[in-house]
Formats: sequence, structure tokens, C-alpha cells
Amino acid sequence: MAGSGIAHMRNSTDVVLTVRDLVVEFRLSKDRVVKAVSGLSFDVIKGEVLAIVGESGCGKTTLGRAILQLPPPNSGEVIFEGTDLTQLPKDNLRSARTAIQMIFQDPISSLDPRMTVKQLIDEPLEIWQRGDEQERSVRINELLNNVGLDSELVLDRHAYEFSGGQCQRISIARALALDPRMLICDEPVSALDVSIQAQIINLLQDMHDRYGLSIIFISHDLAVVKAISNRVMVMYLGKICEVAPPEILYAKPAHHYTRALLNSVPIPDPTRQTRTELLQGEPPSPMNPPTGCRFRTRCAAASVLCTQQEPQLREVSPGQFVACHHPII
Amino acid sequence: MNSLLSIKDLNVSFDTPRGMLEAVRNVDIEIAAGMSVGIVGESGSGKTVLSRAAMGLLQGSNVHRTGTVVFDGHELTAMTRPDVRSHFGTGMAMIFQDPMTALNPVRRIGAQISESLIFRLGMSKKDALKRSFELLQLVRIPDAKSVLRKFPYQLSGGMRQRVMIAIAISCNPKLLFADEPTTALDVTVQAQILQLLRELREDLGMAMILVTHDLGVVAGNTDYVAVMYAGQVVEFAPTTKLFADMRMPYTEALLESIPKIDHPVGKRLLAIAGRLPDPTDRGSGCSFAPRCKYFQNKCLEESPTLKTDPDGHLYRCFFPIGEAL
Repeated sequence: MAGSGIAHMRNSTDVVLTVRDLVVEFRLSKDRVVKAVSGLSFDVIKGEVLAIVGESGCGKTTLGRAILQLPPPNSGEVIFEGTDLTQLPKDNLRSARTAIQMIFQDPISSLDPRMTVKQLIDEPLEIWQRGDEQERSVRINELLNNVGLDSELVLDRHAYEFSGGQCQRISIARALALDPRMLICDEPVSALDVSIQAQIINLLQDMHDRYGLSIIFISHDLAVVKAISNRVMVMYLGKICEVAPPEILYAKPAHHYTRALLNSVPIPDPTRQTRTELLQGEPPSPMNPPTGCRFRTRCAAASVLCTQQEPQLREVSPGQFVACHHPII
Repeated sequence: MNSLLSIKDLNVSFDTPRGMLEAVRNVDIEIAAGMSVGIVGESGSGKTVLSRAAMGLLQGSNVHRTGTVVFDGHELTAMTRPDVRSHFGTGMAMIFQDPMTALNPVRRIGAQISESLIFRLGMSKKDALKRSFELLQLVRIPDAKSVLRKFPYQLSGGMRQRVMIAIAISCNPKLLFADEPTTALDVTVQAQILQLLRELREDLGMAMILVTHDLGVVAGNTDYVAVMYAGQVVEFAPTTKLFADMRMPYTEALLESIPKIDHPVGKRLLAIAGRLPDPTDRGSGCSFAPRCKYFQNKCLEESPTLKTDPDGHLYRCFFPIGEAL
């Protein structure tokens, strides 16, 4: 199931980001290597919201960071608006990165506790000399108001004085300060209460619509990304399992892992508690991934073929690509 | 009802530099043996303070507590801390949100499980280790023998939570407090842990208080649900009744805001605007009124008291859902 391939890559002039054969490995010692991302390819079209979904340890965070060259991948290409970021000299990379901003999982620890909200949002503007102090001040107010904060009340306060949801709003304002064209949101709502999750997802949707952003939304929860995504990519142990538009993926998942993820989401209705077969165990170590299909050790449909041959992504219905020898049809 | 835990008119407040923080207000809850009760609310609604107070854990000099907590015939609120402690493990046990920090990082798993067996049940070290092995198997940890020798950092979050559960059930408690037991975990592991808790409760017949912010988690795992807001219980009903016929606008808003797997693609989520009121300034009127889409003038002026439907369904609202204005 989890496999390689490029069948899902689109040949469009609107592609803003192309990631090709990306490999990220971390060497722990002489013969211990964590294979976090293993030859992964995908693209993002202008204005698209791509959701990347998978369990802890599947490489989704590493993938998001590798796009920003944090750290640079071991091999592969990351082409953003025609420029391969992996080949850029350091100074050019810094300025190229202003167009791609990141939002992190823990909103409180990702903001410097010693800075006021004004300083936090001014920092990128000042570094990149976007206007004089007066102009920047106007911009800061505008950004804060856009993310639903009352700028007059929050400017001189510190991150610790705010709740998690408000800190995430501040992070979003800061990320938008330099007019990015792409946001990479790494589990932006996992640390928040359900009641606040909806607020932040709606805010990201609004910012997407207002600024025409492309968004990569990383999450472990398929329910969270359903409302916002245009395309969903399911990852397992550094490989892609399935890529499809949400209309298809949620209704007719073709990969056994996608179906297992869907079945894990709790249903807030006591009369509809399906006790379907749960995914047992945990993913194997990325230091020593299974041969063939990486998901086979937890898959009910696994056969001998799955141990021998790695499945390649192929189109099983229009727009739906799956890397599985025995897809659910 | 033959109650195992009975909380009567419990109030907990803390002295803070900003004034008196009223964390729990006028809470009454009865829990019978073997029953599973969910306590649901947002961060800051008082659900964790309530469960800690119910365990008699809040005794600092800045804590003000009134009301009574009776557990299994013993009034915890009248006891000294060592006496309360004597009920831990065999009477009640707790599992926490963060399995990373709840375990001792420098002791082996076997020693951590054995500890309560030796201390509470007076087992020998050898017997305790043998029992620890059985407990790890009971919580479905594969390769339990080698896990006994491991340290917490060598285990995943889900495995650590299983170890926490093994420790909690080691002395056959009558009541298990589970405070956001799956919030820090992946959805797949969350589903496994909830299934494990269900099975253990059936096998061991223990009661459970499941504290969570997610109505999705209580739906399949509890008999009753108490919804908390701003320190108060605002709705209390059997779980099936609560979901079928909710009366409290807050509960409805909380349910609507959950990102659901059957939510139409691309449809905007219904968020609850605003946030919890300042706990040091309770003001007048219904605490939820500023965020409520049904609020009337009366809601801003008077505080609603708990009303009871004939079937025992409790709610704290002047204009409950399902009643014409």
C-alpha cells in the first residue's frame, strides 16, 4: 500500500509547488538511519488546500519542514514557483522562504514569550524592511483585525496572556505579515479544544479566500481536514498511500489504511457506534520499514505480493490515486 | 441509588493575584458502582478541578472548598490527606492526559507498576513483577516481558498510556478517573485506548469518570454525561438521551462545532463565537449568554438554576431547546 509513483502529478501551468522524489533521512549512528520521507512526490496548484494526513511518525511534519529546507532534504527537488529551493544559495533561499510561511502545532511555545504581540508581528516586517514604522504599524493593526483580534487590546500583551486559540490567531497574523503565497500548517488545531478548532479552521479558510493562498494542512485527523481541503494525501511511514479529492476519499476510500483512519474518528452519536475492525498495533519503526508495501504488517488484505513488491500509485477512479496491490473497489 | 461517589453542592475556588477564581460552582453528581460518566467541557470549564476535588487532591492553602464528597461511604472532604490517600489504588485511581510526563522517566516500567502492588497489596517484589507482567498483557501490550525492563522514553505515547492504565487498574479500583486520556494521542491510538477502557470496565466492573472536551469521545463510552460550562454543570442526562434530546444551547453548540467525518465536503464548520468568561469575574446572568444564539434579556440579568425534566434530565437554561419561547 504505502508506495511510490508519480501518476498523481498534474501537468498544469497553475502548479505552484512541485516536490519530486523527496528523501529525508536522519542518521542516528553508523548503521541506524531513520527513513522519515522515502522518495515522495506531489504537487500543489495555486489556491489549493492540500491536506496531508497520517499517524505520528509517518513523516508528515518532516515533509512540511523539508519543503522549507528545514533541514534540506537528502535528495529530491522542491520547486516553488519555478525555482528549485534545494539548489538555492543561502541568501536567496532566505528571501524565497518569505513566500512560504509555517504555522506550528503548539501556538504558545511557538511565540517568543518575551515579545509583545506588536513586536512578534513587527519582527518579520522589520527584518525585511517592509515600510517605515508608521506603515508597519498600520499593517500590524490590519493583520490583527483580520485574524479576529482587537488590535488595541492585544498589541502590548505577551503570548502567555492569551489562550491557545488566540495564540494561534497571533501566529496566523505573523505568518501572513510578509504576504506569503503558501502556508504550511503543521497540526494547527491539534492542541486546541474542539470548540476552538472550528474557529481556527474557519479563519484559515477566510485567509485562504482573502489572500488567494495555497495551503498545505498537515493533520492526523481526517475529520479535521474535511471542511477545508481540496485534495487529501494520506501518508504512511514516509510514503504516499492515497491521493484524492475529499468528495471521493471520504465516500469511497480505496486504500485499507485510509479506511482504517476513517473508522478511527469518534462519532458524536451514541446510536451510531460502529464497532468496526480497528487498526491494531502501531506503525513499525521507520529505521527498519517492512519490505514491499510498508503498510502490509497491519493490513488485513496483505498477500505475498505485498511483501515482495512495492505498490506504485495508480488511478483507480478519476482523480483518485492509490498505491495498493489490492485496493478496495 | 446505591452511590459509589456522591458529590453534593461542591464549590472550589482559588485565591489568585487577580482575585477569587471560582473554578467549580454548586456541582452535584452521583455515580453508582460500575457506571461510566463523561464530564465534557472546554478548557477552563472546571472539569479537571472537579475531578481532582472529587479525589480529595486539592488541599492547598489557597484552595477554598465547600460541599461534600462521599466515596464508598467515606466522606473525603472531612479527611486528612493521608486518610484520603489510603483510598488511592484500591478505591480510586487516575489516568492523565499526558502519558509522557505522568510516568517516572528514570524507573523501569516493571518497577513502576510493581510499586503500588507492593505498597497497597503487600505483595513481594517477585510476585509484584509477575503480576505486572499479567497487567501489561491485560492492557494488550505486545511483548510484555521486554516492556517490563524498558524505560518510558522507549515507548510510544499509546504504549505509555497503556502502562498508565495498567498501573491504575493494578489494585482493582472501584472508580477510575480518566482525565483527557486520549487527547494527546493520534486518532487511531485513541480508538484503541477507548476500546481497551470499554473492555476493562466490562471485565472488572469498575466505574469511570471520563473527562474530555470531545463529545465524540463520550458518545460511545459513557452511560451519563455531565456538560460543564464556567464551573457549573449545565446539563446532565443519560448519554443516549442527551444526544437524542439535548436541552442546553451550549451542548448543542459544542456538538455542532466538532469537525465530523460525515460533514459535507467544503461546508463551513459552525464555530462557537467568543470564549469562556473570566473565572475571576462571574458577573450576573447566565454564563453562556454572551455566546448563545438564543439569548434573551432575561439571560443577561438572572442566573438560571438547574431545572429537571420529569425523566431526570437536568439543564440550566431559561429557554431550553425544544420549548417554544
